[in-house]
Amino acid sequence: MSVSFTQYGRGIRRRQLPVIRDLSLSVGPGEVVAVVGASGSGKSLLAHGILGILPYNSCMEGKIYYDGQVLTRERAGKLRKGEIALIPQGVTYLDPLMKVRDQLTGGKRDKETLDRCRRALERYGLGKETEELYPFELSGGMARRVLIASAVMQNPRLIIADEPTPGLDVRAAKRILGHFRELADEGAGMLFITHDLALALEVADRVTVFYAGETIEEASVSDFAGAERLRHPFTKALWRAMPGNGFVPLRGAQPYPGTVRQGCPFAEQCERCRRECTETEQIPLRLSGGGKVRCLYPEEGDCTALGAEIGKAEAEDNSAGHAGREIAR
Amino acid sequence: MKRREKLYNRRQTTLFFLAAAIFVLAAVTVSGILVEERAAATDFSRTNLAPGIPYLFGTDWMGRDMFLRTLSGLSLSIRIGVLTAAVSAVTALCLGTAAAVFGSRVDAAVSWVIDLVMGIPHILLVMLISIACGRGFVGVVAGVSLSHWPSLARVVRTEVLQIKSAPYVLAAEKLGVSRLQIVRRHMIPHLFPQFLTGTILLFPHAILHEASVTFLGFGLSSEQPAIGVILSESMQYLTTGRWWLALFPGLALVFVVVLFAMLGERVRKLLDPASVHE
Amino acid sequence: MKHRLKFTGKKLIRIGILLLGVSLVTFLLMCASPLDPLQTNVGQVALGSMSAEQVERLEAYWGVDTPPVQRYLGWLSGVLQGDFGTSLLYRQPVMTVIGERLGNSFLLLLAAWMISGVLGMALGVTAGAFRGKWPDKLIRGYCIVISSTPAFWLAILLLMIFSVWLGWLPVGLSVPAGMAAEAVSAADRLRHAILPALTLSITGVANIALHTREKMIDVMESDYVLFARARGESELSVVLRHGLRNVSLPAITLQFASVSEIIGGSVLVEQVFSYPGLGQAAVTAGLGSDLPLLLGITVITAAIVFAGNLIADLLYGVVDPRIRRGTARE
Repeated sequence: MSVSFTQYGRGIRRRQLPVIRDLSLSVGPGEVVAVVGASGSGKSLLAHGILGILPYNSCMEGKIYYDGQVLTRERAGKLRKGEIALIPQGVTYLDPLMKVRDQLTGGKRDKETLDRCRRALERYGLGKETEELYPFELSGGMARRVLIASAVMQNPRLIIADEPTPGLDVRAAKRILGHFRELADEGAGMLFITHDLALALEVADRVTVFYAGETIEEASVSDFAGAERLRHPFTKALWRAMPGNGFVPLRGAQPYPGTVRQGCPFAEQCERCRRECTETEQIPLRLSGGGKVRCLYPEEGDCTALGAEIGKAEAEDNSAGHAGREIAR
Repeated sequence: MKRREKLYNRRQTTLFFLAAAIFVLAAVTVSGILVEERAAATDFSRTNLAPGIPYLFGTDWMGRDMFLRTLSGLSLSIRIGVLTAAVSAVTALCLGTAAAVFGSRVDAAVSWVIDLVMGIPHILLVMLISIACGRGFVGVVAGVSLSHWPSLARVVRTEVLQIKSAPYVLAAEKLGVSRLQIVRRHMIPHLFPQFLTGTILLFPHAILHEASVTFLGFGLSSEQPAIGVILSESMQYLTTGRWWLALFPGLALVFVVVLFAMLGERVRKLLDPASVHE
Repeated sequence: MKHRLKFTGKKLIRIGILLLGVSLVTFLLMCASPLDPLQTNVGQVALGSMSAEQVERLEAYWGVDTPPVQRYLGWLSGVLQGDFGTSLLYRQPVMTVIGERLGNSFLLLLAAWMISGVLGMALGVTAGAFRGKWPDKLIRGYCIVISSTPAFWLAILLLMIFSVWLGWLPVGLSVPAGMAAEAVSAADRLRHAILPALTLSITGVANIALHTREKMIDVMESDYVLFARARGESELSVVLRHGLRNVSLPAITLQFASVSEIIGGSVLVEQVFSYPGLGQAAVTAGLGSDLPLLLGITVITAAIVFAGNLIADLLYGVVDPRIRRGTARE
């Protein structure tokens, strides 16, 4: 799947801005798939693309399959009434001038809808009085639970949670994640979008890593036990950046949309970058050891040795030999 | 989902439109000045002619060519509009910035004056100021300029206040960037687009109010070729069926004002950073 | 409650001071005028043929010989006792003239105010919801043309079409000419008010619609509308439930702020239709240098405008749950 925007550059030049270049992922029932990537890697657009609610100046190409059939914009419009639900980022996604109940029921006043709304809120420990509150009266945690309740109300088969935890303390965030697991265990497919790898590993079955609008790796959670089993240098760097795994920061920044013409978008930051990495038109996503990776030389070395940080990485990592070889080269 | 690519993109057509609009307005202004004498020429051999050739807009009861009268009237309107809008804009810029920069006392005073001026309906205030200046050209110019600044002043004030406490300006101050540099690099680029579009959008109001007070008899004297005067005279001939005396001059005025309004709208779109998204 | 009373009190004091300022400014402007009320009203020739004594009496009547400060203070102390002075042209107490004229204008202003408010909001919401599509282009085109049209010319145009050409409606005045006041029926009054009210409504709609459209576009781009769509709410439901609700708050401010514009427009429109309302009286007073009457009219209209703003502020407190519940909690 790819998404691009029409935008004006300096002056009167108009251009197509490819924000998402090549994303692919899959979610099965009863499964939590985490999508991890830095801000600007195209995570939220993915969610909006699936739901068919991309902004007016966007242009989406590629195919999304749902239940074996292509998900068109029309079909997405029907499905989001019940089967697919979104859990958005925060309280700004609630109408500031409408009571919680009216937002959840979508204006329907029949007893059945009201009951479902009641039950959904109760499930997350929100009493009857919550229904009468306006969004500005909710605390951060309450708002998050209201948003989850709004998704649960519809008995969805696919739930997309778009960064549902920022601003929450660890305990509250973990409780929210627990709710996600629960929903998956009840049979729903769960797409959990986040920039926080640690949180993702907490709950997910599989992890898909995005970088600059591309899927660069798909791995099961068990692969994250150590850096050796990870495939893409960026994923390794992410892993290493986690506290407890070395806390090694990654230098440089993700390229801005529209600046990557060809080749690997990570090339600038990659220590192992070779000439072919920047010259190949588009690097394919390949199967590799039970997961997928978009890298020409994934097996080469286990460490994204990053200059001065190497010493620190060595102390934490057993693959020091490899790192040494990298330096020697 | 893919859009059909047009021959020119929107920014190009906008620029083209801007150039065309400015050209038309300039042409009307200049030609209006040139034909002023001929427009006032009376000829009793051709009174009350309906529109046709060679008198496109017809003639009035003194045999004056309504097309030429309209043209010189529009020219005068545009000149007064530009003059008053400029005076208003400068007033707004000075008072708005003063309110935002010189502390709460000045701010309170300026805000009070803004409230005061906004409290009197525009047309009434223009009338009053025009009376104070003894009507005529000076009266109209003073009236329109002194009554149109408040809304723009308010915009300038809020903008300056916002920029002053914006994180990037505070950061620049902490980093030791000189005041002049901050004003030049951070404040003017932010303020200028707002101010420019605000000023252009003042023209339509200024022109309309000039025509209105003149129509009521508080503005330009009846010897001057103003649209307000022409329309006010036409009132006497309405019931006798001389519709062209009112229709064409009014239409021409609407055309000029719409041009100004669209000009402002387009400039705003061009200068708005969010307009990069089509 | 206490909080709101305090808020209202503060606003009332501010309005009082502003009104004082309005009266002072109006007075100073009138005094600064180089136009001699005697010459404009009595005429140069007539003045020349009068005895010095007569001229002196006239000067006293028009207040030319009194020093301005003394005159203003005299006027002010009168106002504080409820006396706005006597109109020099109508030779009646100012309040009587204003009361009668405002009575005539009231129906006109109210009708135009309501129609332009409701229609303007409806058009603005529609345009915002259909942003960039043909209903939006149509409505925006209408608004730009109308807001560029002088109200008085529109009045002339309507007069030409409906009264002169089609002959459906009377040419002017609020009542048929030469009829005794008692013989005038309500239907007659209504017939004479239709065109002026129509003109004012048509012009009033444009501004409100344009502003409502901007707000509507902001709402339609908001996170909560995105989420409402994600939950499967139909486009119609999004517009009606979320759009209208969130546009209604700024619409209140807009609607009450438009009072000033409608009064301003009525000055022009009443002049064209020779409708004997407040606006026409203002023009007469201005042309004839009738200081007490013009002063009275300016102060009263300013008071109406300020009252409108105050009502908008208070309504906001009642309608917006963030203010209503927020202050209740304190």
